[in-house]
Order: sequence, then C-alpha cells, then structure tokens
Amino acid sequence: MTILSVQNLDVRHGLLQAVRDVSFDLAKGDVLALVGANGAGKTTLLRSLAGAHLPAAGRILLNDQELTLVPSHRRIAMGIALVPEGRRLFSQMTVEENLLLGKTSGRPGDWTIDRVFSAFPNLVPRRHAKTGHLSGGEQQATAIGRALMSNPDILLLDEVSLGLSPLVVDRVYAQLQSLLTSGTTIILVEQDLGRAMGVASRVICMLEGRVVLDSPVKNITRDQVTKAYFGLHRANTGRAAS
Amino acid sequence: MIDTLIQGILLGGYYAVIACGLSFMFSVMRIINLAHGSLAVAAAYGLWLLASRFGISPFAGLLIVLPAMAAIGWLLQRYLLERSARGGALLPILTTFGLAIVIDNLMFEQFGADTRSLAPFIGSLSYDSWELPGGIYVGKLAVMTMATAIALLGGLQLFLSRFALGRAIRATAEDPDTAGLVGIDARKANALAAAIAMVTVGIAGAFLAMRATFDPYSGGPQLLFAFEAAVIGGAGSLWGTLIGGIVLGLAQSLGAKVHPQGFLIGGHVVFLAVLFARLFLVGTPIIGRIGFTKTGFAKIRAAIRSTP
Ligand SMILES: Nc1ncnc2c1ncn2[C@@H]1O[C@H](COP(=O)(O)OP(=O)(O)O)[C@@H](O)[C@H]1O
Ligand SMILES: [Mg+2]
Repeated sequence: MTILSVQNLDVRHGLLQAVRDVSFDLAKGDVLALVGANGAGKTTLLRSLAGAHLPAAGRILLNDQELTLVPSHRRIAMGIALVPEGRRLFSQMTVEENLLLGKTSGRPGDWTIDRVFSAFPNLVPRRHAKTGHLSGGEQQATAIGRALMSNPDILLLDEVSLGLSPLVVDRVYAQLQSLLTSGTTIILVEQDLGRAMGVASRVICMLEGRVVLDSPVKNITRDQVTKAYFGLHRANTGRAAS
Repeated sequence: MIDTLIQGILLGGYYAVIACGLSFMFSVMRIINLAHGSLAVAAAYGLWLLASRFGISPFAGLLIVLPAMAAIGWLLQRYLLERSARGGALLPILTTFGLAIVIDNLMFEQFGADTRSLAPFIGSLSYDSWELPGGIYVGKLAVMTMATAIALLGGLQLFLSRFALGRAIRATAEDPDTAGLVGIDARKANALAAAIAMVTVGIAGAFLAMRATFDPYSGGPQLLFAFEAAVIGGAGSLWGTLIGGIVLGLAQSLGAKVHPQGFLIGGHVVFLAVLFARLFLVGTPIIGRIGFTKTGFAKIRAAIRSTP
C-alpha cells in the first residue's frame, strides 16, 4: 500500500534547480536508501518532503492526501519527521528539552522520553546536559530521539553518520536496527553504500537532481549503484540538461 | 547611608520592571525594541484615560490595558517586525525607531504636552510608606514595584524553562527552521513572545505613571533606563536584568548623594563602565554580537539629551 507518493517534484534554491522531476512511491514499511554524490539534491529532497523547503512544481501525497504546500510544523503532525543533516539540535537546551520539543505536534504513539533513553542508553547520563556540550554520537542519538518523539509514520534520516567515527556509526546503526526492522517507513540518506544497501529494501540513486536509478536492493549489485552514482550507468544519461 | 542603599535598591525594582520587556524581547526574539519606552507611555495614557474619563482605578484598568497590549504585541510582530526582519537584522531596529517617533507624536497630538500622573487615582498608595527599624521609611509603591519585578522576571523564567510554550519560544529564537521541523509554528511562537513582552511593557507603563508624571515624550528616557539596566545585567538574561536594575538604581542614588546633579550621571557612568568592561575585557561584545548599530546609539544619545 502506497504511503508516500512523490510526483514530478522540482525544488529550487533561487535559480539553482536542486531536485528535477523526481517521482517515486513508497509503500508502508519500505526502507529506502537514497544515495548520490555530494550536491546531488538528497538533502533538498528530504527537506521538501518534510516541508522545510516548498517545491517549485510537482506533488507530494501522504496516504493520498495532498501536502505539497503544507508547512513543516503541520507536516510533522501528519506523520513525517526529519532528522536533519548536521543534526540541528537546539544547543542551548538540554537533551531532555530537545526530546520534549519533539512532542510538540502531539501525535499519539508509543514513544516517550523513557523509551528514547532505553533505545539510546548513552544519553541517560546526559539527560540534563546542554546538547551543545555533547559528543557527536550523543548529539545524533538526541536528534533521532527527538524525531521519534513525534511518533512518525515516515522517518527521514539525513546522513546520520556524518562526522562520526566508524565505531560510533556502528553504534548508531545498532541502535537504529530495531527501528529499521519494526515496520516504520524510512528514507535513509547515507554516504556509505555498503551500509545503506545492508539495511534498505530499495535504493534510489540521484545524480544532479534527477533519479538515475530506482530498484529493489535484491535486484541490484553494489557495482551497478556505484556506476549510477558517478553517472556511468548509461552512455546517454542526458547529463547536459540544465 | 543605609537609607540611600535601600532606596537605591527599591528604585532598581522599577528599572527591572521597565527593562523586563526589553530584555525578554531581545533574548528570545533578537529584536531591540526602540519603541519600548513609547509603548510603555502609551499604556500609561491608556490607564490614565480609563481613570480620568471613566473612573476606573488603574489596577482594574490593567485588566483592560494588558490584554490590549498583548494584542498590540501580536499585531506588531505579525505585521511589522516579522516583515521587516526579512530585510535583514538592521531593519527591525529601524522599524521600531520609526514606530517610537510615530507613537510619541500621536500621543502629543491626542493628549497635548501636559504632564499626567496616575498618582491621584491610587489614593494614598503613591505616598504611603512603612517604617523600618532605624527610622528608615520605604514607600509602599516602591516595595510593590520591587515585588512585581521579582514576580515578573521569575514568572517569565519559569515559563520559558518549564512550559512547552516557553520551550517553543526559546527553540524558535535559536533556530526557526528547525523549530518548524519539530512541529512548532515559528510565526505563532514569535507573535506570542511579542504579546508577552508587551504585557510586561504595559505593567511598566502602569508603574511609570503611578510613581511619577509622564508626558508624550517620556518614552525616550524610559527606554534609556531600561536599556542601561538590561545591558548592565547582561542583555538577555532575565535574572541579570533584576541585578542590572538594582545596580542602576544604586548608582543613581549614590550619585545623587555625592552631588545634587549626580543622579543621572551616576547611572550613566556605571552603564558605560560595564559596557566598556564587556567590550574590552570580556571580548564578547554583546552589543556587537546582535548587530547593534549606530542607530541605537543615536537614539540613546538623543534620549540622554532629552532626559530632564
Ligand atoms: N541553502 C542553499 N542555497 C543555495 N543552494 C543550495 C542550498 N542548499 C543546497 N544548495 C545546492 O543545491 C544542490 C543540492 O544540494 P543538497 O540537496 O545539499 O545535496 P546533497 O544533500 O545530495 O549533498 C547543490 O548544488 C547545492 O549547492
Ligand atoms: Mg546532504
């Protein structure tokens, strides 16, 4: 059953068109790995799905409900939560306060502060610390926890491993594991192709704002994704378009 | 001497009350409201009108004036400050500067140059006092002002740190884009913050008008005192504002003791000393950080000149 439908989406930063004619449907429980080189438009796409950046053209439907022009603060109430690139915590506020802010939308569900602390036990001793003083791993856990507090139907994760040491990344993914297999619909942006394909059921590769590959993970090899990643998958990819 | 200190501290309570809204608006909305004093005077005129025309006591009048101030704050944010903020950090300051001039002149047109006061409408409260051991008298109104300052600043602090709405306001102040992503309507949060700030401005106007006289151009000096108290206390910290108000009150009282003309000078000297200490010793010019510019200084200079 389709939960999220993206249709011919164009998103601009001023004159620059960062997302071009992107379409895909997501079924409930899908874990989509969204890959692509730096500047491919992944962050812009996720931000427009979360409502932080309204698209120039195209449509976004959630459960057949039009939400293309719904602003971010109402979208989270409809069940789409973004863990933004660079974590974007409120640095002057404590871990607990950041988590409580995640509850603003008031969506009913199972996530509570205590459940976040049991999912991310490394946060327990930091409960009353300002997030500006946390380590990268602790910050990332807080950012994920904050998004979960809204009990989302769709969770968008933008480069959760950015700036973390490999050991800490392993830990964050271990903590995410139950989530990834729990039936929550997830879009995951991840630079590490191996890791992304390891947890996802489907992969979309973006190149210069366009979708150049969209396939179930089981039907595709890492090599093919790498080729698409660098724009080598077809001789005539239309890369000259601007 | 002890009398001077006690009177100075109590005067500080008044400065804390008038600085409260300025400090709150600066700390949570990053807006320096140069119309702060004028809005307080406008609230004072509101109370005076209700009292002199309709015989409504100023305390009952607050029940009308404070909601009106909240509405003014909301509208101000929605239709003026929010729009001007899109033009950069300087524009809101200029906007409030212009607003101050408009308000002052509208009041002049409406009420003329006569000085007014709420003192005649509050019975003996304006001159009643309690005697402390040692033959020291403290004005009832001054004590009430101090109690209000503590309640107001404490209440705001509590609201910001313990309540979801307060957290939403703080989050919006820090990062409005991310505030939206966690489900906060940033426009609403800012409008609410402005409404709260204006309620405190209304309270400040009431005390201004009860303890002294005011006229259409009283806003400038009030802005100056509020500004001095807020800066001395470390602009943006609410408890600091109380300390700042008390330091300013003490400096003025001691200044007056030293020299008959020393009242204002004492306050200005301490303000400047703290300002320069911040700029040169601490190295984090709080004023520079928030993009405070020549306009602000010009307004302050004008206010200094127009201070009686
Ligand atoms: N705030 C912005 N203003 C202008 N251009 C931007 C902004 N953010 C991203 N871009 C541009 O949009 C394109 C896509 O960026 P982004 O979505 O961040 O890609 P990715 O997340 O895949 O690295 C890039 O060319 C980038 O330079
Ligand atoms: Mg990105």
